[in-house]
Amino acid sequence: MTRYALRRLLASAPVLAVASFILFWTVRATFDPLAKLRQSVDPTALRRETARLGLDRGIAEQYVLWVRGFVTGDWGLSTRTGGPVLPMVGEALGTTLQLVLWGVTLAAAFALAIGLYSAARQYSAGDHVLTGLSYLGVAMPAFWFGLVLIQVLAVWPKEQFGLSDPPLYFVGLHSVGHSGFDLDYLRHLVLPVATLTVGLVASWSRFSRATILGALSSDYVRTARAKGVPRRRILVRHALRNALAPFVTIVAMDAAALVGGLVVTEQIYSIPGMGKLFLASLETGDVFVLLPWMFVVAIAVILFNLLADLSYALLDPRVALR
Amino acid sequence: MTQPTPLPTQLSPTATAPTPPSDRGDRRTSLVVLSRFLRHRLAVASLIVLTLLAVCCFGASWIAPHPRNAQNLLEASQPPSAGHWLGTDALGRDYLSETLYAGQLSLAIGLGVALLATLVGTTAGAVAGYLGGWADEVIMRVADLFMIVPPIAVLAVSLQGLGPSPVTIVVVLSSLGWTLIARVVRSQVIQLRHQEFVEAARVVGARGPRILVRHLLPNLTGLIVVNVSLSVAMAIILESTISFLGYGIQPPESSWGNMLTQAAGVIGTDQSYLLYVPGMAILITVLAVNFVGDGLRDALDFQGRQ
Repeated sequence: MTRYALRRLLASAPVLAVASFILFWTVRATFDPLAKLRQSVDPTALRRETARLGLDRGIAEQYVLWVRGFVTGDWGLSTRTGGPVLPMVGEALGTTLQLVLWGVTLAAAFALAIGLYSAARQYSAGDHVLTGLSYLGVAMPAFWFGLVLIQVLAVWPKEQFGLSDPPLYFVGLHSVGHSGFDLDYLRHLVLPVATLTVGLVASWSRFSRATILGALSSDYVRTARAKGVPRRRILVRHALRNALAPFVTIVAMDAAALVGGLVVTEQIYSIPGMGKLFLASLETGDVFVLLPWMFVVAIAVILFNLLADLSYALLDPRVALR
Repeated sequence: MTQPTPLPTQLSPTATAPTPPSDRGDRRTSLVVLSRFLRHRLAVASLIVLTLLAVCCFGASWIAPHPRNAQNLLEASQPPSAGHWLGTDALGRDYLSETLYAGQLSLAIGLGVALLATLVGTTAGAVAGYLGGWADEVIMRVADLFMIVPPIAVLAVSLQGLGPSPVTIVVVLSSLGWTLIARVVRSQVIQLRHQEFVEAARVVGARGPRILVRHLLPNLTGLIVVNVSLSVAMAIILESTISFLGYGIQPPESSWGNMLTQAAGVIGTDQSYLLYVPGMAILITVLAVNFVGDGLRDALDFQGRQ
């Protein structure tokens, strides 16, 4: 298993290298990190900065230098804030991972429960209602759902009941003076997590329903039924257990997309994560943040995908990774 | 927005029943497909809703109660009334008319992306699957590249670089969307290319392009059609998201996405209902498109029923 993981990581290195070179090249072609200096009266300043940042060299050489800096932890300074980039991306990643962790855990739990219920009572009224809701969840743009949540669950009750604070907050993850895990944190967390969860629950519950139904119609379930195994036990130990492997794979792959994909959620709720950092850097053309940002996200995607394959092998003993 | 996994689609190629090339056979098959589709009531209703929506949006110059972008500051920020069914926005524009005109761009972009992405994806996937070898390797590795970076990031950066005209939005969205159908088409072509009917065609002397177009692709029609409908839905959502963030359609042009950007400013005011109109328009469109896709899948999936 370890050998397989190592080999997979090595195999993804070329893809990562090519992808990052294309990204590097595109971002460099699109943004001029010295745009401000070009208006400077002092022509030497521009030349000095060009030389200092190595912009006078060929694009391939620049790329190699940049990768070396990235690997050794020298990520340079942000042109937007002037601060070092490494801790900036680190903090943003930490914030985003909190959202991903809560969102994915809750969404997976809900989706499995719904899938199990819908599969056990296929074509019942409850199944139809849940299926209908999942269609809605898939068709709803996440940002719109977020805006509606703010209006309905935070702003409206505050005005309606004349509260001094909205019952659920919609700016950031902590109030001033609060930190760590407390009630304040939870009140901040509910809306963004709900926003990012709704689409996931919708699509994952469809998936788990389909896979559990597939398992229920298989030969081993018929055998178990013939032996007289209780219905509940068949559902949980036979069907759910077998549907779990493909389900976890889908979950891990979607979670990968969330690391760089929470742009809208973080924008709506002003949460200082990867998405917000991306937008802020894009607006100001902050090349020195955009490049490592994309690199970190790409690495996260590769790692999560590897995790998906490994968990498949762990959950399904028939799959041997070599 | 986060990319939800597409709903699991159980599509089986009609591998054992290749479409007979005769005209009569074709007509009979399409009649069967049509009658099956018509039995799917939700899909038919959705198709009617979509048609109505499209007629209202593209015929907005005749149907909309007020002309496009007509400002009347004296009537700004009014609640729904007989004169303005959905009220007016902060500039005194009739909200219903604005929504209809905005729908033109949203629908056109959705359809454009779906067609372009499916065309490119199907071609790439079919070529990769049929030729195999290095062509397959190159095409699929390029597809891998597009999976690594989050679509929103690619979209925003390239739109910042290329300038956000509707045409660039279509091109950029399609360049992200083609990989999904390419993978599916490729795997089906690989399964099909050693079937007897392909061998037979080859024996008769048919060449690669003819085999691909006349013998393999007709068997993938169901897949391709369903993919078009799924991509329309995805493209409309992505376009609205990117316009909402400010990197898509720019004012004075409007789409449902950038209408929501303005509506986001009215949260907590008396006008918060403005939020629901463009959002519901997106929701209804995407929902209807998905239902039509489901209906088409059931109608075209011959093996699944038999």
